[in-house]
Amino acid sequence: MDSPLRFHQVSKSFPQGKQRIQALTQLDLCIQPGTVTGLLGPDGAGKSTLLRLAAGLLLPDTGQIQVLGQDSSARQIDLDIGYMPQRFGLYEELTVQENLDLYADLQGLDPGKRQQRQEELLRSTALGPFRDRRAGNLSGGMKQKLGLACALLRAPRLLLLDEPTVGVDPIARRELWSIIQDLKKEAVTVLMSTAYFDEAERCDEIVLLHQGRLLGQKTPADFARPLAGRCYLVPTTQRRRDSAALLQHPDILDARIVRDGVRVLIASTDAVLPNTASWQAVAPSFEDAFVSLLGTTEQRHGQAAFATPGTATEAQESVVEVHELRRCFGHFEAVKGISFQVRKGEIFGLLGANGAGKSTTFRMLCGLLAASSGTLRVAGVDMRKASSAARARIGYVSQRFSLYGNLSCGQNLQFFASAYGLGGKARRDRLEWAKEALQLREYLPINVTDLPLGIKQRLALACALLHNPPILFLDEPTSGVDPLARREFWQMINQLAAQGVTVLITTHFMDEAEYCDKLLLMSQGAVLAQGTPAEIRNQASSSESGTATNMEEAFIRLIEAQESQLRRAS
Amino acid sequence: MNRQRLAGLIRKEFLQIRRDPSAIAIAFLLPVVLLFLFGYGVSLNAEHVPIGVVVAQPSPQSSSLVAGLQQSRYFQPRFYTSIQEARKAMMQRQVDGILWLRGPFTRTLLRGDTAQVGVFVNGVDANNARLVEGYLQGVWQNWLEQRANASGTRLLVPIQAEARIWFNPSLRSRDYLVPGLIAVIMTLIGALLTALVVAREWERGTMEALMASPVSMGEILLGKLIPYFLLGMGGMLFSVALAIGLFAVPLRGNFFVLLFFSALFLLAALGMGLLISSVARNQFVAGQVAIIVTFLPAFILSGFIFDIQSMPAPIAFMTHIIPARYFVTILQTIFLAGDIWPLFLGNGLALLLMALFFLGLTWKRSRKRLD
Repeated sequence: MDSPLRFHQVSKSFPQGKQRIQALTQLDLCIQPGTVTGLLGPDGAGKSTLLRLAAGLLLPDTGQIQVLGQDSSARQIDLDIGYMPQRFGLYEELTVQENLDLYADLQGLDPGKRQQRQEELLRSTALGPFRDRRAGNLSGGMKQKLGLACALLRAPRLLLLDEPTVGVDPIARRELWSIIQDLKKEAVTVLMSTAYFDEAERCDEIVLLHQGRLLGQKTPADFARPLAGRCYLVPTTQRRRDSAALLQHPDILDARIVRDGVRVLIASTDAVLPNTASWQAVAPSFEDAFVSLLGTTEQRHGQAAFATPGTATEAQESVVEVHELRRCFGHFEAVKGISFQVRKGEIFGLLGANGAGKSTTFRMLCGLLAASSGTLRVAGVDMRKASSAARARIGYVSQRFSLYGNLSCGQNLQFFASAYGLGGKARRDRLEWAKEALQLREYLPINVTDLPLGIKQRLALACALLHNPPILFLDEPTSGVDPLARREFWQMINQLAAQGVTVLITTHFMDEAEYCDKLLLMSQGAVLAQGTPAEIRNQASSSESGTATNMEEAFIRLIEAQESQLRRAS
Repeated sequence: MNRQRLAGLIRKEFLQIRRDPSAIAIAFLLPVVLLFLFGYGVSLNAEHVPIGVVVAQPSPQSSSLVAGLQQSRYFQPRFYTSIQEARKAMMQRQVDGILWLRGPFTRTLLRGDTAQVGVFVNGVDANNARLVEGYLQGVWQNWLEQRANASGTRLLVPIQAEARIWFNPSLRSRDYLVPGLIAVIMTLIGALLTALVVAREWERGTMEALMASPVSMGEILLGKLIPYFLLGMGGMLFSVALAIGLFAVPLRGNFFVLLFFSALFLLAALGMGLLISSVARNQFVAGQVAIIVTFLPAFILSGFIFDIQSMPAPIAFMTHIIPARYFVTILQTIFLAGDIWPLFLGNGLALLLMALFFLGLTWKRSRKRLD
């Protein structure tokens, strides 16, 4: 069978100001029919451009693209291609059913076959009960599923998906993935970009892009193979401290926190390493390959600028105390009386599906939203009475980073320094610190709009830390950020925690949950489980048969257990 | 062109219009607000102008002159005992003019000499000042005639002007403002609303999804053109009904002729809206551009309020590129004068050319690509 998608020496550039940005350079690519191919690479690698070229929405500057045997420049957008952009175009005012009807019309679906196909898709996406709900009122995960259903209405032969699982909770992500796997049985060829390594591992092949060039196209196992003998598990209970210490070593490329300790990737098999007696050799994964191919050493230079790690205070004082916190929007109870405490210097993770009440809780903690009832003390201040006094003692990074897009990186820093009332030497010192510790110096003159997402995230963090707050709130700071930037980000968070800064964070990435000291798992506005990552995993294991091997599985099990309970109750 | 796809797009557009309060507001609420504002609120006639009256020595003669002022619907006299007081009132904008009958007024008059009357007009609002001046002269004239009649003589005026006002005999400014307003309302629906909804498709990523489907660009354009054409004609009929029913504006021409030229103008407005949205792909910019290049010119440079002939030559020349100008002329003629075909043909041709130009340019610019 012929390849459904073939790129031959394809280059594409975009104008930006006076220059042109090269998005793809002389790319050769050949996708095998009937496979699921993952498209990975850091921000700005050219993933979206590649998918848009394949969908015929862009034309290449040079080179040829063959899609399903036809040349993309000559071809009208084909009925046999399904394409789902990063933000799928759902009409928010239209209901689920009306969106499906519209796309059925647009794809020329026979009115006779239409109903059957729609029923099938509503079943596989579990959207059946919501068919009369407006798309705008669906959760993020449900929107993505509906977008996928719309792209699948006319059973395409080639399906192009641009980060279909970004910002989606683990349950919806699993559902999306199972739909994609089912397509393979129907001999559909799928090309999808993703930021998740567990998804990459499940792909038949991976296309790895970097700065518009192809770094490799292989199976995940073939990517990992050259790293045999270079991956170890370092068992430890002091995971954060040890990973920071290990990263200081020049021969260690990566030291990431996993379930039972720190997973280490060394530069070569004959590297000289200290006290490796307890280290256990493990099989390399695609993630290791990604880091070794793309990881830079830049991140570790920056770290020295933070204070020396490993001196975390063992103080037991609580800096955040929440008791019976409640928030209603009209008749809807978004947060249903939750209680928890966060100690000084802890990293506290708030997890939950889309719409579980995480962001609402966060906004109340930051004093941006008034609580309906309950007590709420942050840094010793009652947020319900004197929230502005507490606000000077917290830093907040919102989901969308709240930076000024048409100001430069440096101007944003200056502005936030003024907004926090910093002046004189304190201002100079903190600005200097931000440029140094967060490695922003080379980006200072660039407008924020033109910065890659990972740098924006660092800048947002710098702005939130300018007034040296003892408590830091991060609301999904890593959503949509590429894996390497995510790593660097967590290393910085670790450093901050080591210095005694208390960090509260929400995230969709379950591997990030392992970085937290304590977790609070929320579902439908209530606390589902709380404790250390190990405690949460145990809780999930005891309630079901078998142990939960990772946080993602634990999360899904706990939520499913609760849902089945609710179903039994009703 | 595929019927099923086009029907799907049009159905979607109407569902969106029905559920999006801002579209309803622009299409139906704004016309009501504008019509009420210009029908009831704004009047270019000066009526009940407060005027200060200072009579130094009251006498039967002065009283009869002041009585003339009181009877006029143009004035609302207020009395002051000294000119200083009246001047203060004018400074504080309590009165727009002062009529000052000095001490010797009655004496001079009785002596048979020419008496002098002081008239002061607040010239800050030049337009209003001219009106007040004219009306005061009218009152004065009337009074002189009455005096002459009473004494049995005829006032000697060398030329008697016999003025007739055509088309709008009662000189109601509403009668010519309301028809012109229809052009403004249709610009709002045709250009502003259309530019906004297309920009919204870009902003929310729905345009990218549409382009990745088998829909052709022509279908996407028609899918916007048809619903907003219908909505615009709906807004027009609604405004005409209000104009005739509520504001009692006469419609002297043929209703179907009105319908025909409205459709022509609406196509030009839609063409501008679609063209703007092919350049400005976010709602904020699209809205700003649409207001500046379509709505404001339709308001200011179309002859709807301000007379084009009295504009400075370069600006008067500029009005030729504004479609609303031709439509306002047609509207005011159709409502107040009737079917005057030579005038319709020229203006109609201009509208047709503009509609073809904007729609053609939009068509040419629209490619099914993202870059």
